[in-house]
Amino acid sequence: MMFAAAALGLLVALALALVRAVLGPTVFDRVLAGNTIGTLAMMLMAVLGFLTGRPEFLDLAIVYGLLNVIGTIAVLKYFRQGDLGAASEDAPNA
Amino acid sequence: MNPGTLVDALSWLCLVAGGLFSVVGAIGLVRLPDVYTRMHGASVTDTLGAGLILLGLVLQAGFTLVAVKLLFLAIFIFFASPAATHALVRAALASGVKPLLAPEDEPSKR
Repeated sequence: MMFAAAALGLLVALALALVRAVLGPTVFDRVLAGNTIGTLAMMLMAVLGFLTGRPEFLDLAIVYGLLNVIGTIAVLKYFRQGDLGAASEDAPNA
Repeated sequence: MNPGTLVDALSWLCLVAGGLFSVVGAIGLVRLPDVYTRMHGASVTDTLGAGLILLGLVLQAGFTLVAVKLLFLAIFIFFASPAATHALVRAALASGVKPLLAPEDEPSKR
């Protein structure tokens, strides 16, 4: 029952984050909403594992979190420099 | 009162509070006026929301491998979320999104 309550809160938060991802005027609003959706999905997977009595879902949550942060940073680098392979502009010998 | 009931009550409290803080952060994400303030709203979801929910789940798991995995997840969020937010702020600033309350005459830092 307590897991259902937490899952309900997480689902409401997911819906609100989705609203921001659809509305967001700039691309950074959408990336921010995507990052938040990723975090909430991780939590939802962990809670769902407990809700159904199968804590193996936690492994999925860990992998999802790793992919989420890498995806966010890759998209940001692309939108900042227009190129995933560009050197950082504050590297010492760029 | 046996200890199982106490742990259950604490777990209830953490899970419900975590869900509540997640919703609060998401409301901030929708309602606040520009990118930088929305990041402030999203950080509530990433810290208090995720932290309290994971704490509630750890209390339910007890001393098992599941608790170790939950702890790993918490540590991962603790490091990854600020890094992603920092990258987001720098990318937004570099591409010329102005903070809403930035002074007009401030010379550019970069």
